[in-house]
Amino acid sequence: MSTTVVEPIPRGTLGARVGRSLWDWFPAVVVFVAGIALWEGLVRGLDVQNFLLPPPSDIARTLWTERDTLWGAAWFTFQEAVGGWVLGCSAGILAAMLFARWPPLAAALLPFAIAANAVPIIAFAPITNNWFGALNQTSKMVIAAVLCFFPVLINTIRGLTSVRPQQIELMRSYAAGQLTVFRRVRFPNALPFIFTGLKVATVLAMIGAIVGDYFGGSQDALGIQIRRQAGVFAFTEAWAAIVAASILGILFYVAVAAVERLTMGWLPSTGGPAE
Amino acid sequence: MNERASVVELRKVSKEFGRGHVRALEDIDLEVRPGEFISLIGPSGCGKSTLLRIVGDLIQPSGGEVVVNGKTARQARIDRDYGIVFQDAVLFDWRTVEKNIALPLETLRWDRTKRSERVQELVDLVELKGFEKHHPWQLSGGMQQRVSIARALSFRPPLLLMDEPFGALDEMTRERLNLELLRIWQQSGSTVVFVTHSIAEAVFLSTHVVVMSPRPGRIVGTVDVDLAQPRGFETREEPRFAELVREVRRLLRTGGGFEVEEPEDEERFIVAEEGL
Repeated sequence: MSTTVVEPIPRGTLGARVGRSLWDWFPAVVVFVAGIALWEGLVRGLDVQNFLLPPPSDIARTLWTERDTLWGAAWFTFQEAVGGWVLGCSAGILAAMLFARWPPLAAALLPFAIAANAVPIIAFAPITNNWFGALNQTSKMVIAAVLCFFPVLINTIRGLTSVRPQQIELMRSYAAGQLTVFRRVRFPNALPFIFTGLKVATVLAMIGAIVGDYFGGSQDALGIQIRRQAGVFAFTEAWAAIVAASILGILFYVAVAAVERLTMGWLPSTGGPAE
Repeated sequence: MNERASVVELRKVSKEFGRGHVRALEDIDLEVRPGEFISLIGPSGCGKSTLLRIVGDLIQPSGGEVVVNGKTARQARIDRDYGIVFQDAVLFDWRTVEKNIALPLETLRWDRTKRSERVQELVDLVELKGFEKHHPWQLSGGMQQRVSIARALSFRPPLLLMDEPFGALDEMTRERLNLELLRIWQQSGSTVVFVTHSIAEAVFLSTHVVVMSPRPGRIVGTVDVDLAQPRGFETREEPRFAELVREVRRLLRTGGGFEVEEPEDEERFIVAEEGL
């Protein structure tokens, strides 16, 4: 944590803070609006074919007219993502706690965890579909869970083990047991790392769920929608589905980041350790 | 506790690291009596921090006998017979000042009201009123170290172990905290073992200065500091202060530890001699 830049959260009235953060967002908003305008202008000006890239206005219109099917499908896939995220993250944190507590266990299993992390897990999606049934949400949750597991595992282990030796010496001087050291030192110390893992995992969970859908599943799923619409050259619809997926993915990330902010009001910087 | 009994008794204590390749401490005999303020001084590598950790049962000695408060060092640690302060304040960032101070009391399962009463007393003692709800990173280095001292004193241990607690602070803060530490020591009536590499600090604070030599760490001699209590800013200007500083320096030189002395201490010595 020594690399964390210490910068106090500015204290002030809520209004001032909201106003300030709105102003902070201003450049990003300008870039966003300019990007959309450029996209629209180029597509119309250069007369780009719809199947290559539809203009944003068309996508927005489709997003609205197809809202019932789109949001139904998006919600279905989002459930898969969240379910997988909860499953994978819990397993990752639990495994990390065991590894941190019993180093021989970590020595025996961690190399495999790291090796498995390098495997393109997403390639297993057709197989999990086969194992758990393509039509239900479980198969997608499983692939999302496996994707979430590793970053959470690795980050949590780092957090639990990167405690300063003097903190442990201090607890030892209080004759504190392992459980107390875990509860009072290791776990709070690991929280910023855990949240880094949890945030990365939100993105992976969405990818896992959607790619899981690609390999077959309920017609209500977002991944199926994207594949089918693209298959029938309804590219605007496919793009609209992608935008819906992106919005949910971003909301998912922001929600976890908000919980992080609430949990760690004590943290001097806004983030946590470098991501 | 019997007044005559010593708080710390070391007999022929030695410590080797790496299967005897590095002899960190050799033949250490030391006795600390109740109410004394003992400084261990010596150049880096003389094993003074190691010695402190042996007293605190944070490191096991390779040989010899360690008695703390009439028990084994281990039993003394389990009975919470000492509080410890490190060079870094070692505060927990996620805890406020008052919660950092209360940490040892939580591990001792004091109830909430008793805990907050004691914390309030300590906040007054180390003069941090108004900062109870602050987080460590909102405090200066000197204030952080005061929190650390308050935390060490929280459960009223008879012995206070301090490992270069003011080593990372600037000169002005250091002198102020020296004065405060003396006041706290007199108020709490505890016994202090204080590790430092500053001669002036050792003489100013202590009742006895134990001078150590490096590789292997041995005790070269002890200087009894007969400066009047309570000591204040004027103490450093007394001729006797300069004499004692000279005596400690002489012992350091015979111990062969002088060439590694830090320049900061040289300056302090000159200031002390000239009477500022």
